[in-house]
Amino acid sequence: MQPIVDPFPLSPWIPGPFSLIAYAFAVAVITAILLFVSSWLGEKKPNPEKLRPYESGVIPTGTARLRFPVPFYLVAIFFLIFDVEGAFIFAWAVSAESLGWTGFLEITFFIFVLIVGLFYVWKKGGLDWRPQRTRK
Amino acid sequence: MIDGILGFAVLLVKIAVVLGILLLLAAYLVWMERKLLGRFQVRLGPNRAGIFGLLQPIADALKMVTKEDIVPDQADRLLFLLAPAVVTATALLMFAVVPFGPDLTLMGKIVPMVVSDINVGLLFVFAMSSLGVYGVALGGWASNSKYSLLGGIRGAAQMISYELALGLSLVPVVMLSGSFSLVEIVRAQARIPFVLIQPVSFIIFIIAAMAESKRIPFDLPEAENELGAGYSTEYSGMRFGMFFIGEYVHIQVLGALVAVFFLSGWRGPVLPGPVWLLIKMLAVAMVMIWIRATLPRFRYDQLMEIGWKVLIPVSLINIVATGALMMLF
Repeated sequence: MQPIVDPFPLSPWIPGPFSLIAYAFAVAVITAILLFVSSWLGEKKPNPEKLRPYESGVIPTGTARLRFPVPFYLVAIFFLIFDVEGAFIFAWAVSAESLGWTGFLEITFFIFVLIVGLFYVWKKGGLDWRPQRTRK
Repeated sequence: MIDGILGFAVLLVKIAVVLGILLLLAAYLVWMERKLLGRFQVRLGPNRAGIFGLLQPIADALKMVTKEDIVPDQADRLLFLLAPAVVTATALLMFAVVPFGPDLTLMGKIVPMVVSDINVGLLFVFAMSSLGVYGVALGGWASNSKYSLLGGIRGAAQMISYELALGLSLVPVVMLSGSFSLVEIVRAQARIPFVLIQPVSFIIFIIAAMAESKRIPFDLPEAENELGAGYSTEYSGMRFGMFFIGEYVHIQVLGALVAVFFLSGWRGPVLPGPVWLLIKMLAVAMVMIWIRATLPRFRYDQLMEIGWKVLIPVSLINIVATGALMMLF
């Protein structure tokens, strides 16, 4: 990676931060128009039947804010751990060439530890999604 | 000053063209998918509105816009109304860093054929892709419907699981090109496209990309016969349409990313750059539609097993193998 040497980084001729901001603004305008159109056009005749949550024709019972199973929470935690470690790997990858053998051996050890961690989670049943019943 | 205004005008035209093509193509991708699925299932597909049903997307858009925008009882109103915008906006933003041609020269000025060549382009793509999860999870949660909630949770868990594989499969690409900038990555493939050097990464990326865009065989978040329409069950009118636009723009962006990372981007003989990128994007989309017509849906445990127990270890080993080969030669 070479250092940024823009004389005038906000110039519209350079595909840099300025054009990204302009693009983001255009996207925001488009989504705002779509949101506005969807609430502006169209009929508005609400009635209790229409506003009831859809459950295949059955009248819903109880709250819809169900407690969700623990494995989903575990997945979120594993994601956090592995994503942060992925960020470390990316930081090495971008300069892999210049870091040479030293960097390579270090990242190999790092990835080895990562794989050991993954297998630990695996063996502990953190990635099990099947029902835990034992078959007779 | 004049120079700045002129540059701004050129930039605006570029942005308008990019967004226009993305949105138009999203509509016609739906048409293409319905037409192809029809043929795969020995049906005709849409053929009433216009010749070959070519006006179908326009008819659909008009219908969606004029439908009632229902917000269900006890829904979290603000989140419910804004969630579809998150999906659409993040999908559109991802395309900002995709280069679509060689530099043009206009009145002695260089006009690069990319909206924004930031030097962390690849990380920007991942950031936007992660933010897209919010649209799905919040939309499902805010609806106050059991189907929606289940769809939203499934979608969030699936998308973050496959994002790891998606990210790790691109590490070898970054190693080979030595840059996060998508323009640099395309430049690095001037001699040979990375798909020939990195076939394993390519396959992992395609699988993870299909799971990211929540399509059959990975469409658990909107499994029709279990969850109604999953996280978008309670949505109607153009808000439902925005989820749809987001999904199809996402497919195009993923197609463009497959092209940029593995199929040497806009490079190709005879035809101009943007046309080649379009051809490659549509080819990837076509493969996705073909797979949709061919495969049944996975079970949830199979989905998680493929993501965590196959794709992630394989991509980690692939990184080490690529690194070793790079050091040796």
